[in-house]
Amino acid sequence: MTPSTWFMEATYLVASILFVLALKGMSHPDTARRGMFLAEGGMFAAIVGTLAGTHIVTWTWIIAGLALGSIIGAWMAVWVPMTAMPQRTALSHAFGALAAALVGIGEFVVRGSGMGGVTRGALGFEVMLGALTTTGSLIAAAKLQGIIQGKPIQFRGQNIFNLAVFVGMVACFALFWLHPTAHTAFYTMLGIAFAFGIMLVIPIGSADMPVVMSLLNSYAGLASAATGFVLGNNVLIIAGTLDGFSGFILSVLMCKAMNRSITNVLFGGFGAVIAESAVSTGGVMREISLDDAAMQLAFASRVVFVPGYGLATAQAQHAVRELAELLESRGATVKYAIHPVAGRMPGHMNVLLAEANVPYSELCEMEQINPEFPTTDVAVVIGANDVVNPAARDNPKSLIAGMPILEVDRAKSVIVLKRGQGRGFSGLDNPLFLQILHVDAVRRCQSFTEPSHPGRSARIGRLTALPCRLLRSAALRCPARPFVRTALAAAACRLLLPRF
Amino acid sequence: MNPAVLIASIYVFALAAFLGYQVISRVPPLLHTPLMSATNAISGISLIGSLVLAGAAHYPLFAHILGFVAVTTATINVVGGFGLTDRMLKMFGKRKPPAKQAAQ
Repeated sequence: MTPSTWFMEATYLVASILFVLALKGMSHPDTARRGMFLAEGGMFAAIVGTLAGTHIVTWTWIIAGLALGSIIGAWMAVWVPMTAMPQRTALSHAFGALAAALVGIGEFVVRGSGMGGVTRGALGFEVMLGALTTTGSLIAAAKLQGIIQGKPIQFRGQNIFNLAVFVGMVACFALFWLHPTAHTAFYTMLGIAFAFGIMLVIPIGSADMPVVMSLLNSYAGLASAATGFVLGNNVLIIAGTLDGFSGFILSVLMCKAMNRSITNVLFGGFGAVIAESAVSTGGVMREISLDDAAMQLAFASRVVFVPGYGLATAQAQHAVRELAELLESRGATVKYAIHPVAGRMPGHMNVLLAEANVPYSELCEMEQINPEFPTTDVAVVIGANDVVNPAARDNPKSLIAGMPILEVDRAKSVIVLKRGQGRGFSGLDNPLFLQILHVDAVRRCQSFTEPSHPGRSARIGRLTALPCRLLRSAALRCPARPFVRTALAAAACRLLLPRF
Repeated sequence: MNPAVLIASIYVFALAAFLGYQVISRVPPLLHTPLMSATNAISGISLIGSLVLAGAAHYPLFAHILGFVAVTTATINVVGGFGLTDRMLKMFGKRKPPAKQAAQ
């Protein structure tokens, strides 16, 4: 071994250790940032070690790739808004998987039939997994961004069709493995894998995205690990495996939080099936006025906010935090109850609320907050539905029966901020929604003619510093974005509160 | 790949899987989004495989081009992933805003 190879291997070892330490740091918010610095150091060392190796001779492509990637990466890191985090994460799964797939194809082009059986197996696995994760993640990103509809796209015989595609892909893989010279089999497998990625994600509804994102995360990691086997590179195996297992653990957690199996999420097409069989609970939704809501909050001493995906679409996190601060300054205790699958990716709500400056000590997990609901005066549900549906607990016939929920119905009173009377993702009626602050109420509420308090301003996403009376016209002016009204309702509550 | 190397690789894989399970189960749900972003950036280590493909001697041009695209996408993940993770974690570090502390 030459000195440069020793140096390279040494940097890889350092990188592997630093990566593990970085993930260990993730066990607490206070140590997480320091951990990431370690990981960055490890990554830098590994790159320097590789570039110092004698086998690198052509620099043009490397420098061009590094420069282009850094520019795009830095642009993403700085400019992507926190609300677009799920899409961004899906895209990054696609990039990671694509890189792994391309390295595999490249190795195939270079080494051709000169590979041993094991290497060929790992290479096929890497390319297959990489390719299907690439297109699958792109579809997931498009669904999350709203480029294609979030509802499950299904057709008759879909599962059988997908199974056939899968069998075809594996058959090509086997053919390539048995006959190293069968180039056609390799490229056919690649093509089918790209198509299979699309077929796999299209039938899955947006609300199941937390599971899908975790699974794609896992696949992207495993593709990287397979690259390590092909290249005989341990740091790739370690980093890829860590990523793969992290994704796997998250998918299991997400499935548990929905009381469903991974198979059911992938092949069940939940939203579509159930919408047809939805039954009404027969309750009457009582719409309350903003004044009622503000009064209930004004006299509450313990308030729990329950955010859901609606909070993200409405970008209501700032308005909610301001309302919470006002309540706290009046002596109330405020907490936030976060369901594991609230939002579109694991931890989505936490990131949004952290962005709005909510201290993490106020963000409570489900197990932690559920015993506190009976002593809670007001639970405010913001854009969440299924995760608070008591039917999951009480009605064994319910389609979401057994799914652990946030037991807001045990609170003394519940206010639901919701943009319409529609059902949640599952298509089920929610017996909880008998007292609802329908956010269209913002339109009707006359009290908005009151001027806002000097020096205080309501910040709702980009609609900054609106005086109270303008809130109403703002709500009227954005009919195309009904979600905004959820944010406005929260802001309005805050402004009305001091009157009581 | 000779059998000795393969066996060593499988050991590495198995131990990394075990270690990953132990370490990652301790990450609180609070940090699941940053965790996903961080592991993504870390698995951008496939960059080092791409670098070899893009820059090694005597490789066909097609391999270099594949390598170039792979270097680009992997770098996007590394730079973007670490950048975003840090941005998120910085938010989690924040305590109460100063105005609020003054009021108390």
